[in-house]
Amino acid sequence: MSVAVELRGICKAYGALTANRAVDLTVDVGTVHAIVGENGAGKSTLMRILAGVEVADAGTVRILGESPARPTAREAIRLGLGMVHQHFMLVEPFTVAENLVLGHELLRAGLLDLAAARKAVADVSAAWGLEVPADARVEDLSVGEKQRVEILRVLYQGARVLVLDEPTAVLSPAEVTRLLAMLRRFAASGRTVLIVTHKLDEVMAVADRVTVLRRGERVGDLVTMQTSPAELAHLMVGRPVPMPGNRPDPPDADPAIDESIAGSASGGSGASAGARPAILTLDGLGLVAGGRSALAGVSFKVGAGEIVGIAGVIGNGQSELLDVLGGLRAGATGTVQFGGSDRVNLLTLSVAERIRAGVAHVPEDRADRGLVADFTVAENLMLGKLREFGPWYALGRTAVRAHADAVLERFDVRPRDPEAQASTLSGGNAQKVVLGREITRSPRLLLCGQPTRGVDIGAVEAIHAQLRALRDAGVGIVLVSAELTELLALCDRILVMHRGRITGEFLAGEADLDRIGELMLGATAAPAAAGIGGPP
Amino acid sequence: MSPKLASLLDRLIAPALALALAMAIGHVLILVAGASPPEVFGALLAGTWGNGYGIAQVLFKATPLVFTGLAVAIPYRAGLFNIGAEGQVVAGALAAGFVGSHLPTAAPALVAVTTCVIAAFMAGALWGALPGWLRGRFGAHEVITSIMLNFIAMALANWVVADFLAQPQTLHTAAIVDGARLTRLGSWLPAFRGSAVNTALFLVPVVVAGTAWLLNRTATGHQLRSVGLGARVAEASGVPVARVQTLAMALGGGMAGMVGVNFVQGYKGYFEDGFSGGVGFMGIAVAMLARAEPWLLIPAALLFATLSQGGLAINALVPKEIVDVLVAVVLVVAAAAGARSARREEGS
Amino acid sequence: MSAFLSGVFLLQLLRIAVPYVLAALGGTFSERGGVINIALEGMLLAGAFGYVLAAHASGSAWVGLLGGVLGGEVVAIGLAAAVVRLRADAIVVGVGLNLLALAVTRFLLKLVWDSSSNSDRVPAFDADNSAVGLVALVTNPVFLLTVTLLALSPVLLNRTRFGLRLRACGEHPEAATSVGISVTTYRTAGVLLSGMFAGLGGVWLAASQHQFTDGMSAGRGYIALAAMITGRWSPLGAAAACLLFATAEAVQMTLQGQGTGIPTQFLQMLPHVVTLVTLVGFIGRSRAPRALGKAR
Repeated sequence: MSVAVELRGICKAYGALTANRAVDLTVDVGTVHAIVGENGAGKSTLMRILAGVEVADAGTVRILGESPARPTAREAIRLGLGMVHQHFMLVEPFTVAENLVLGHELLRAGLLDLAAARKAVADVSAAWGLEVPADARVEDLSVGEKQRVEILRVLYQGARVLVLDEPTAVLSPAEVTRLLAMLRRFAASGRTVLIVTHKLDEVMAVADRVTVLRRGERVGDLVTMQTSPAELAHLMVGRPVPMPGNRPDPPDADPAIDESIAGSASGGSGASAGARPAILTLDGLGLVAGGRSALAGVSFKVGAGEIVGIAGVIGNGQSELLDVLGGLRAGATGTVQFGGSDRVNLLTLSVAERIRAGVAHVPEDRADRGLVADFTVAENLMLGKLREFGPWYALGRTAVRAHADAVLERFDVRPRDPEAQASTLSGGNAQKVVLGREITRSPRLLLCGQPTRGVDIGAVEAIHAQLRALRDAGVGIVLVSAELTELLALCDRILVMHRGRITGEFLAGEADLDRIGELMLGATAAPAAAGIGGPP
Repeated sequence: MSPKLASLLDRLIAPALALALAMAIGHVLILVAGASPPEVFGALLAGTWGNGYGIAQVLFKATPLVFTGLAVAIPYRAGLFNIGAEGQVVAGALAAGFVGSHLPTAAPALVAVTTCVIAAFMAGALWGALPGWLRGRFGAHEVITSIMLNFIAMALANWVVADFLAQPQTLHTAAIVDGARLTRLGSWLPAFRGSAVNTALFLVPVVVAGTAWLLNRTATGHQLRSVGLGARVAEASGVPVARVQTLAMALGGGMAGMVGVNFVQGYKGYFEDGFSGGVGFMGIAVAMLARAEPWLLIPAALLFATLSQGGLAINALVPKEIVDVLVAVVLVVAAAAGARSARREEGS
Repeated sequence: MSAFLSGVFLLQLLRIAVPYVLAALGGTFSERGGVINIALEGMLLAGAFGYVLAAHASGSAWVGLLGGVLGGEVVAIGLAAAVVRLRADAIVVGVGLNLLALAVTRFLLKLVWDSSSNSDRVPAFDADNSAVGLVALVTNPVFLLTVTLLALSPVLLNRTRFGLRLRACGEHPEAATSVGISVTTYRTAGVLLSGMFAGLGGVWLAASQHQFTDGMSAGRGYIALAAMITGRWSPLGAAAACLLFATAEAVQMTLQGQGTGIPTQFLQMLPHVVTLVTLVGFIGRSRAPRALGKAR
């Protein structure tokens, strides 16, 4: 077998942070090779170096036997390597055809030949059964379609080696299955596939070999057939990870799911919504954004002491739902009753008034909405609760400091330094700061988006524990997560959203991964699902 | 303590680089103009810090620069770039001149002075609030709107003065009442005699200290800074972003308006059309050199005031316009170098 | 009212519109590439001075034209170096460059012509000055160049490889990088194009007065920027908005000439008020390039 990719001694540091330390990697032609590791293990950096998007501090790259003359994306593409990035590298207002030819434009009489570009789209998509409309603007496509455009482009550029960075993070279970099957077809056709992921079931299902990275170093290089999820998890984290039942049939099992269901059951609050007083009642919530219906007829209740999860493929209205409830998006129709005896329609309140009424919000995008990067941790912890620190004209330094110390201690934020710049925190610690700030508001309702996105495994458990404790203290929680396993681990009830509508509802314990997956893709609600999701 | 010292040094790199480059370019320009750099710089220093009158004039010219520096710095901390100080200065000075000349002649000094100061501040604040509100409410960029409002302010002031308020044969308003006038320091300190430096100077530390307190120790300041460093985060935590932006521009405009105190109450005794002479724009350079830190505005303003006053001293050797070039060079280099050091912090 | 329908008024409108259109087109290329261009004002001014200086030294309007373009480019190089290379704040640097252009031209005006208000008279394209009206306008090479550039700009931006890549840099620079496009190169090119266009606008300003006067750009760069935003960052839209603002200025000049009862100060500020109102009214409906002002 000849070698498709060969990396030797790759080193890369960003300031004090070492992303890759002397990493070696060899991938044979015609195989699917998985790169696994925790968040921040250096997987993406390594792949970006391979694709010429990042430049290594040291080390050599060989693609299909050749060394790139220069460390550029153009050179990697020339040598036959194409990358599908985690954050799509598509120009949103451009059409599919324009995106496809960008960087490799077809010209006619000095001008762009868009007819030829359209034909190229048709040719490649026919060859691989990847149907996408050539003239559609990328901003109008679904996430799954955008990913297909990315793959299409890589194939169009003539890639023999495909690198996919976390390709399944944004897909529904059925789309994941389809994608993994396609990757096998690529390998069968003599192409080589590198897939970066942190989902071990996918690794077991698709990869021939797997390389494990931990803190920038390669800690394992294994044949998939001869390893197990438990061994991989051990290598990823550096210590044994409790895996309920090390069963011999790993491709079908998702250890995280089992673990989480067990966790939820031990929480012992799987009772139905009817048993608790509702803290939040949505009735016919609708929203039109950018000329399209982002939310339509969304009605559900959240009880005090209940976690209601929202499942769905990214871009089906979950973000808009959180934004509307948090007061960050105007123009919604319908009503959102909040509170007990002091009921108010949340939609009539400003963000500040919602906070005062007892609504806390952990935003989906921490960097965008959660933390001011150039503020210290202490300053970030003051956001939205300035009244706690004395009169407006003289905030008490001691009170600020005491509050920060208490939050850092309680939520185990490292470093324990209120004066640390927020931008220097790791993903997990940054999220703990946001969560700490919101939970210490003593809210009655917590809106929580992607609580563990970009958070290392160690911190995930701590964050889950905090959410469970909050639920047990009687707080209602709306939880939006792209990780189905996370929803299954935490929620008392899971609602499925598709195209801005609630299309299904599951109680904890009754949740069926396959059924949720179907509903996420637009299947109509089965009779089994309770009717709370529909109009009253 | 040592990382703090390091970060302080890091912050001083940009201004130091700006000054060094401005000096170098100044050297070249002096040579281009056919003069000798040591002679010119010597004359500049002798004409400013070399005698009592020069020092007094530097102080006199630094006073409005601190105000316009604040006019830029306060909105800058809220993420806005106020280049409308020029118009806000006109609004404030016109208000001081109008109110001051309409007070009863018998008005006690304390009342008269305070009334005029408040009028100057309020007028500047109103003119400054407008682009802030347009930004917050409509998203219209304050750089374009505030520069348009500069032109509009100057045309309006010209109209009001020429058609209604002007004394015959002049383009200035009637004299303000004696009670509203500020004392020249030269009447106490013989060395300062002849200079227009006046008690408005004493407002400088008060206003700077107040601004520093406002930014760092109050809820309003925390909100203002959070809008500046992360408007979307601020919005999500309940900060009324548009209102804070309007407030920041109003405060900035008010500071610019206070230039009128120095000019109308402390110097001329009336409002005169077209007096502002670029102090609004020079305030941008002051604020950028001081990296929008209130206390650093004072040394920055002293520096530019020295250049400004020194320009008169060297005019015989080189065109005094060289000073404007140096001011602009400092602004551009401070901005470019500031971005570099900010990025270094980000990378570590 | 008939004064506004006359050919004279229309010609005046077109003459006024030329520098606006050139600066706004220039701004479009810079901003579609992702670089905020507040420095149009300084480019206009440096272009005007460059024209006068070169025409003065050579006695030729054509050499002057080259000098004007060069003047605009000097400011553009400063902007590209600070913003594209050093990643400085484009707005602060832009304003700083405007002030720098104002100061340097003032300094050189004093040095070369020993005046603080205007230069000596220099040759221009309408040398004999007798041909006024339509003939003078349509035979003016700068006017013809403007019309040509206006016609070519949408093609360059929308139909060429350069335009596609430039727009990609303004919308999603990382995506451009990932397919091997050098964002630095394209953004620099966009800024340099804006320097050329706005420099040419300055040539028009100075050539139509046969001299340089201190601060003669008089806020036109900012108005052109507002026109570009109003015109939704498209060349033809920007040009249409420029015609609107030029109309305001032409109305002002016509009314001032007629001596109506309106105070002249109100007429003077008419273009600025129209700009302000239009900008505020249109802003919500225009979408800026997504990566405008973002490093990458």
